[in-house]
Amino acid sequence: MTTDLLTDPIGEINKYNFRTETTPVFRARKGLDANIVSQISEMKNEPEWMRDFRLRSLRIFESKPMPHWGGNIGIDFQDIYYYLKPTDGQSRTWDDVPQEIKDTFDKLGIPEAERKMLAGVKAQFESEVVYGSLKDELASKGVIFLDTDSAVRDHPDLVREYFSTIIPPEDNKFAALNSAVWSGGSFIYIPKGVKIEFPLQAYFRINAENMGQFERTLIIVDEGAEVHYVEGCTAPMYSSESLHSAVVEIVVKRGGRCRYTTIQNWANNIYNLVTKRAVAFRDATMEWVDGNLGSRLTMKYPAVYLREPGARGEILSIAFAGAGQHQDAGAKLVHCAPHTTGRIVSKSLSKNGGRSSYRGLVRVEKGAEHSKCNVVCDALILDPRSRSDTYPYIEICEQNVSVGHEASVSKIGEEQLFYLMSRGLTEPEASTMIVNGFIEPLVKELPMEYAVEMNRLIQLQMEGSVG
Amino acid sequence: MATDLLTITDLHVSVDDKPILRGVNLRMQRGETHALMGPNGSGKSTLGLALMGHPKYVVTQGAIELNGVDLLAMEADARARAGIFMAFQRPVAIPGVKMADFLRHATTNVRFPDRKEGEQLIPMKDFRKELRAKMDHLRMDVEFARRYVNDGFSGGEMKRAEILQMAMLQPKFAILDETDSGLDADAVRLASESIAEIGRNNMGLLIITHHDKLLEHNPPDFTHVMLGGRIVETGGVELAAELYSQGYDRIRRTYPEAEAENRAMLDHDEPQLSAVERE
Repeated sequence: MTTDLLTDPIGEINKYNFRTETTPVFRARKGLDANIVSQISEMKNEPEWMRDFRLRSLRIFESKPMPHWGGNIGIDFQDIYYYLKPTDGQSRTWDDVPQEIKDTFDKLGIPEAERKMLAGVKAQFESEVVYGSLKDELASKGVIFLDTDSAVRDHPDLVREYFSTIIPPEDNKFAALNSAVWSGGSFIYIPKGVKIEFPLQAYFRINAENMGQFERTLIIVDEGAEVHYVEGCTAPMYSSESLHSAVVEIVVKRGGRCRYTTIQNWANNIYNLVTKRAVAFRDATMEWVDGNLGSRLTMKYPAVYLREPGARGEILSIAFAGAGQHQDAGAKLVHCAPHTTGRIVSKSLSKNGGRSSYRGLVRVEKGAEHSKCNVVCDALILDPRSRSDTYPYIEICEQNVSVGHEASVSKIGEEQLFYLMSRGLTEPEASTMIVNGFIEPLVKELPMEYAVEMNRLIQLQMEGSVG
Repeated sequence: MATDLLTITDLHVSVDDKPILRGVNLRMQRGETHALMGPNGSGKSTLGLALMGHPKYVVTQGAIELNGVDLLAMEADARARAGIFMAFQRPVAIPGVKMADFLRHATTNVRFPDRKEGEQLIPMKDFRKELRAKMDHLRMDVEFARRYVNDGFSGGEMKRAEILQMAMLQPKFAILDETDSGLDADAVRLASESIAEIGRNNMGLLIITHHDKLLEHNPPDFTHVMLGGRIVETGGVELAAELYSQGYDRIRRTYPEAEAENRAMLDHDEPQLSAVERE
């Protein structure tokens, strides 16, 4: 086994940028067609309905044009490996995980985090989940935390009831792609009234070059139940592009509560095109906390559909676009019922020629009177070469509602820099402090460990690209 | 022990290519209190900001030295670490940055001028203890340390926060730019007493003020009058008293040339000049 620490062309050396020599047990040939899709399904021993679903999704993918908005998606779909199986089966203990993969996750601090603060962990390497655990007391309460493949096998009725009902393959080209070739991801079921104090975490690692990762996550929070799910994503830097295209579907039933936190730090040549959507029923709360660092292009707009009165949706996001990066991120809130409330807070930073865009939709449907929604999006531009755009869409079909929208774009102020420097801080220290202050309202929503990690990542971005 | 010495020689400063200071000379020893007075637009704040190293205030001629070391070659952060401090008239807000975090970082850098970025800060426990003691002294609520720097502060809170920073950073020389303006009588007295306690005898103080209260608690060893970008007259405490009670009429009459320049700057450039002074 060898592990190389790499320096990437932009000079941003970081601890995530290493690749591991592994020998996959199976790798589908490059490219995408019905044979590949059938092969994936066969490898997984899937029921017929799932194979048919995949093949139907492939046809939908092929029939849909590339989106003409957002960013430039320069992907050659035939130059990607769609399925790479790193190991035979999933391990229950870290000791059973193959050494080289274990080393990878060790470096990323996953087992350590699990010991300290997590109720359960999944670790996905390439296409498959290689490690999974859940605290016994949660399992005995009926909590299910599996990779989605296992869930299809072990809980077919539960999966089938919800799978692709929130995000059907017809939704968009990349949802269709994921539906055709999906592999791994988390399946979570929290039974009625069960509240999980510590987060469940999944960690997604792309290791191989030209690898596409298409995890599929489905979370069902039953009535009065609560869960906080956290996902982290990284990949090393290669000279050619890779693709990450996930689908995440969440159902939060009456009085339930779900918080989904993402900290992604993809290498700068990953196309990250993700569809995330939740539906919240009566008095339920759904919160997305989304940190987008890294990637060549991210297009991601976590959505909450507020389906019944009292439902509440929050989407908090931070995006950092450095050199050669475009973060097209935002949020979507749809008020379908009266007395629903929503909040969107978006903070974006651009530096070294990076481009960040906020793209958001707030829709209040007919009949959703007394709905309230507030949108705040702030952009901070760190140098004159960088760019920030805001695309807010607001559609209101009802009279008696309250929708607020505030947007601000600012540059790091000369006066702020001077003030901090006049107190002895160097210019880089001062800039970092201003940036950390800018994102603080969101970082304080993160669990302590993730807040520290987020600040560290921002620091790396600030240091690594002084230009 | 030799006393620290700050010397300003023939200082000319421009902002956006417009000359504001036209040859300022000043010599201050640590332990002395200097009052800097003068009508609006005469260049008082400009002198302070040029001393602190604001990038918009371009020195076109002259020298500033601390114990013979050239300050003009240093950025603002190096000057702070060399022992220069300025309490600003209207300090900017840094949203999201807590006072305590900011002050711990600043205090560490100033006390350990050779600290490299990323190296340890002074221990949290010691820092907290010291900060709390100093805040008590300034009658500031502990909650204040958790607020964001100058964000939503009242005028009085802002000025007290500046004095707190001076107390923590313990500079050799401090410029106080109208630290008493916009405060009610009680707040002015509190600010004046605090400055006297923290700074007097211990630092070189350059006090820019229109009020007498501040000087009552901090009687100046020297009073300088600025007009038209120059120090036109220097005296003792009695000069400050005269200017406070009788205004600048005598000064304007005595120095018609400087008065003409002061007027010209105000007349022709009112909006910009006042913007400069506001900073």
